[in-house]
Amino acid sequence: MSATEENRTTRIVREGEVTIDRHLEAIWKTRPGLRGVLSSVDHKRIGIRYIVTAFVFLIAGGVEALIMRLQLAHSDLKILSPEAYNQLFTMHGFTMIFLYAGPVLSGFSNYLWPLLLGSRDMAFPRLNALSYWIFLLAGIFLYASFPLGVSPDAGWFNYPPLSGKDYNPGPNIDFYLLGLIFLGISTTVGAANFLVSLLRTRAPGMSINRLPILVWGTLTASVGNLLAVPAVTLACVLLFADRQFGTHFFDVEAHGQPLLWQHLFWMFGHPWVYAIVLPALGIVSDALPTFCRRPLVGYTPVALATVSTMIVGFGVWLHHMFATGMPVLSLAFFSAASLVITIPSAVSTFAWIATIWTGKPVLTTPFLFLSSFIILFVIGGVSGVMTGAVPLDFQLTDTYFVVAHLHYVLIGINVFPVMGGIYYWFPKMTGRMMSERLGRWNFWTMFLGFNIGFFPMHIVGLMGMPRRIYTYAPGLGWDTINLITTLGSFAFAVGILLFLINLTVSLRRGIPAGANPWDGPTLEWSVPSPVPAYNFAVIPVVASRHPLWEERLESPERSSLSRGYLLNHGRETLATTVLDAEPDLILEMPGDSYGPLALALGLGVLFVGLILHSGPWAVIGILATALAILFWLWPQRRLGQIAEPHHV
Amino acid sequence: MSESALREQMLPIGSFGRKSSGWYGVWTLVVTEAAIFVYLLFSYFYLASQANAEWPIGGAPSLALAGPNTLILLASSAALIWAERSGARRSKRVQLLSGLALALLLGVVFVIVQLREWRGKAFSIRSGTYGSSYFVVTGFHLAHVIVGLTLLLTLFIWALRGDFDAQRHAPITIGAIYWHFVDAVWLVVFTALYLVPRLG
Repeated sequence: MSATEENRTTRIVREGEVTIDRHLEAIWKTRPGLRGVLSSVDHKRIGIRYIVTAFVFLIAGGVEALIMRLQLAHSDLKILSPEAYNQLFTMHGFTMIFLYAGPVLSGFSNYLWPLLLGSRDMAFPRLNALSYWIFLLAGIFLYASFPLGVSPDAGWFNYPPLSGKDYNPGPNIDFYLLGLIFLGISTTVGAANFLVSLLRTRAPGMSINRLPILVWGTLTASVGNLLAVPAVTLACVLLFADRQFGTHFFDVEAHGQPLLWQHLFWMFGHPWVYAIVLPALGIVSDALPTFCRRPLVGYTPVALATVSTMIVGFGVWLHHMFATGMPVLSLAFFSAASLVITIPSAVSTFAWIATIWTGKPVLTTPFLFLSSFIILFVIGGVSGVMTGAVPLDFQLTDTYFVVAHLHYVLIGINVFPVMGGIYYWFPKMTGRMMSERLGRWNFWTMFLGFNIGFFPMHIVGLMGMPRRIYTYAPGLGWDTINLITTLGSFAFAVGILLFLINLTVSLRRGIPAGANPWDGPTLEWSVPSPVPAYNFAVIPVVASRHPLWEERLESPERSSLSRGYLLNHGRETLATTVLDAEPDLILEMPGDSYGPLALALGLGVLFVGLILHSGPWAVIGILATALAILFWLWPQRRLGQIAEPHHV
Repeated sequence: MSESALREQMLPIGSFGRKSSGWYGVWTLVVTEAAIFVYLLFSYFYLASQANAEWPIGGAPSLALAGPNTLILLASSAALIWAERSGARRSKRVQLLSGLALALLLGVVFVIVQLREWRGKAFSIRSGTYGSSYFVVTGFHLAHVIVGLTLLLTLFIWALRGDFDAQRHAPITIGAIYWHFVDAVWLVVFTALYLVPRLG
């Protein structure tokens, strides 16, 4: 059992031919108890943690929204003070966009990627744990402002000069800035991990034209994040410097430019919108065909649409700033670019419709969520086209119409596919089915509640109701619509509650699922549920997009799932070449480690030091972080990083 | 690929230069770090285009220190290339250690000269948008140099312990990419902050 050798001839075995499972289980298993909780690098555990934590934030953000809806249910209510209302809508936006919508998709991808790609873990298992711990700590950091009554209060896009020192002297905005920088580290290392995992850890034969669309979605989002997150990180650093160190980037009196913030924020913000929807579209493209009993119509156009949406998405940021007084030429260019995005979106939409149309749909709960998503996507898309058109946008900017649009986009394109995804992969994660009966109630309550709650916002927006007002005068004709919206939002919340009940009940009493309860086509369904620690007993060889459907599709290719590469000299998985996925190297993977948690805590100390304006604590944080990195990167013989003694 | 691809074959194990995951990983780091400098320079030029105060304050910055310092940083990169090619890849410890030491030393000189340049400025980080931009852009870069030097020092210690030979020296390959990146960024920053103002 020496991992210090420099090369080895791979062995090909049939699963069960040699008794390897228990041996592999011992190698890959996370230690029991608290040690395992704090040190595990298992992508499946990390993925589920991500999803659960993101749902906790979804509930927190949802409760914030419900309190706001009570305040707005009727004119002139006094449930909340204006200041409390400002903090609530800012925290609601930050929570939903940064702490729920992005991380929940990271959770799915963390859990699913190695299973979809035919690997035993992500390329950087410890980095995976790190990105989770930082996400958790950044969320806690932000929410620590709540009990102190100093939560961010300048909206989720935090425009200066309102967010500058003059108008916002307290620590509120500093929580926003530091929290977002902290969280950005998590997003960035996560993106790097996805990208390298894709390049290196696909099973042999998993060439890029055989990748599941979810992989395309997360890949595109990851590249987008690598390029876009620095913009908002920088914006936060500059504003923090303005507030604490007396620089003048956004300071109007010293010829600083508040609009610079808007540019940097939306250069990040718009690609981010695609980062939090493209993987969700991937969930639809992968899961929907299973319930239509046929492969996705138009795989290649859909994959290309995914990538091109992001590319164009880098050139549309100005459409968030149409009303700021831009030159007409910029307005025309950015408006045109924004409208161009409808083309790839329509390609995907027609592909999904064609998949349902030409398939034999099975009306299960996941199918309901995934297919109804198409309706919401179209509604959100149409209101997007409306706001993308300059003259209309002048009228709609900062009204409830925009609120309606962004909720159709984020709930319709993120929450609905996520719900469908959970119903779909819950059996894989837990080994049990979720209740179909409760699932129907869950779906219909959410779907009706959502549309009753959010569709009228379009109308009240067209009637001129501005967003971000804590109350409104009677007699404007807004009362009834707002009351309907409030009722709808509570119905939607009841739907989420039904989901949580279903989750709790099914965890204990769900019907045992078996490996492939939905008869799905992709690799994750070829392994037992729940998935063993090592994922695949032998590394499979993939010959098509639908390894489990090859016979019934009568395709000439045959993947080899039960016969494959035996890698059992320690935590090992196969590295393959970037383009053709030919075996290239045997990767030695790190085991459980406290390094990620230590590094995240070091960074946490740094950010706490910064918010307290405490130099010593910040320095301690930096030193702790540096030490944790050193300890982490120290070359290890077991990982094949150190010269062997027999070499001169 | 089909069933025929299932063949037993000899494969390398563990961390091998450009086949190591870290090699791919550091490129993702370079991409995202390069992006932050792109946005930094975007901010610099944006503020420049909107400025109605003197930009740069006191005319184009002097090249007296920054010019030679640029060459020092380039020499540091050259020393590191030599350490990797003539040292690490051939299991020559002396070349590896002396190349790393030289790269480290030149990097430290760069930092000292840069701090001296900062002290000599007639304006501060609080002096309008130009002062803020100048110090934040060069400060971002200097922070990267300091991280890079810590990295070179670590590599030196590992090399001293005899961790590397011709087969196993991925950390050198990976660390070198980061250090060259830091140097390349300086060329861009230098061009933007020191040379571009001379064009007008």
